[in-house]
Amino acid sequence: MAYTKRVDGRKQKEIRPITAQAGVIKNADGSAYFKIGNTVAYAAVYGPRELHPKFMQDPSTGILRCNYNMMPFAGMGNRVRPGQNRRAKEISMVTEKALLPVVDLKEFPNAVVDVFIELPQTDAGSRCAGICAASIALADAGIPMKDLVSAVSVGTVDGTIIVDLDYMEEAYDASVADIPIAYIPSTDELSLLQMDGEITKDTLLEALELGKQACREIIEIQKKALKEKYLVSGEENE
Amino acid sequence: MGNLLVQERTVVVPGEKIAEGLDYLPANGAYRKDDFILAGRLGLLTVDGRAVKIIPLSGRYMPKRNDIIIGKVIDVTISGWRFEINCAYSAMLSMKDATSDFIQRGADLRQFFDLGDMVVAKIVNVTSQKLVDLTTKGPGLRKLYGGRIVYVNCNKVPRVIGKQGSMVSLIKNATGCKIIVGQNGVIWIDGEPKNEVIAIEAIRKIEEESHTSGLTDRMTEYLESKCGKFKQEQEEQPQEEQ
Repeated sequence: MAYTKRVDGRKQKEIRPITAQAGVIKNADGSAYFKIGNTVAYAAVYGPRELHPKFMQDPSTGILRCNYNMMPFAGMGNRVRPGQNRRAKEISMVTEKALLPVVDLKEFPNAVVDVFIELPQTDAGSRCAGICAASIALADAGIPMKDLVSAVSVGTVDGTIIVDLDYMEEAYDASVADIPIAYIPSTDELSLLQMDGEITKDTLLEALELGKQACREIIEIQKKALKEKYLVSGEENE
Repeated sequence: MGNLLVQERTVVVPGEKIAEGLDYLPANGAYRKDDFILAGRLGLLTVDGRAVKIIPLSGRYMPKRNDIIIGKVIDVTISGWRFEINCAYSAMLSMKDATSDFIQRGADLRQFFDLGDMVVAKIVNVTSQKLVDLTTKGPGLRKLYGGRIVYVNCNKVPRVIGKQGSMVSLIKNATGCKIIVGQNGVIWIDGEPKNEVIAIEAIRKIEEESHTSGLTDRMTEYLESKCGKFKQEQEEQPQEEQ
């Protein structure tokens, strides 16, 4: 009865196929496209730039401001109301907090770095795709960063630990735990850990290990996307 | 014994391990974590003796002391002018740094620099809170009349200027335009409208192909095809744009 065969035929620890690209939005200071399975995220970074309203300015450091938005047609056929709602606000906030440990905005007092994440198509794991895209876009914008951040969801479906759940698995008709994580490889830290469902302590720890492993794979893809954009400029001679 | 983990003059991304051991020292854009030196931003890796630094390839302009920039007057205050300088912070020009002329007490400062005027200025000071002070006293620092403004990526400015201003004087000679390049990525061009367009096209081409070698030769070719043969005079004066 256990969940031994995944709905889309993946192996237990297998993540969905990923495509990543940096510098897709020319008007932005930095941007990225990140596609994992059927979930697609675009991120655009503007700044550091002047922050308004003025009362939000922080004289000790620049601030990071994230905005997560699903497009009206992004869901499973039902129109998603675009713009701010409770869920979007929460995800904007957790995205910001997932990225904040790596970015260093001390050099930009009173300024703001704006990150806009747009999702034209979603199939679960959208906040993770958003964080991955935002992390590439921030690096592309030349923001001082200690490391890149990657994110993936782990969880259990009917007692089986799996990595990178898609919508069919999230909605599976049995006990499901869905745990999105964001991971900083250089310090081996998690900067996002949320959970939906139930899980035992031992299974959680095991699942997190698998998640970290998957994140390390994703980091390589993010790095490759950035290097591809700047490859030619690397031959620059002054 | 420390050793470099990536080749010099390659692109590094944040978090990438650059060097191992204590022989190398992290400089601009790099940081040390335990035994390793890691990249603290995206850029081009350069090693200067023991120092490992990263040259930015992208990002907004950050004001730096002694930079010559082009700014736009956005406000006139009681004691000076406020400029927009194509970055997150605005810059102040105080009356005493603006001109050596006598300014009557209570004079309308707009007769010197009016709202919307473009001015070539030099940055005299940048504080930790990024308050920027400008001066317009000095050779080549002045208000700009006529012409047009184009914006380029500030990281490409050294390429637009070229070695000892070779690239910019090439365009000047070919098009006969007056050109001033600000370190903040603002470029002022004044000449025949037809030639201004050619100059802008040339600048865009440089920006696009900034990474390729032999660019000066190709630009000479390109400009000759656009404007015909022009005489290659060596620049007579060290230009306004450093």
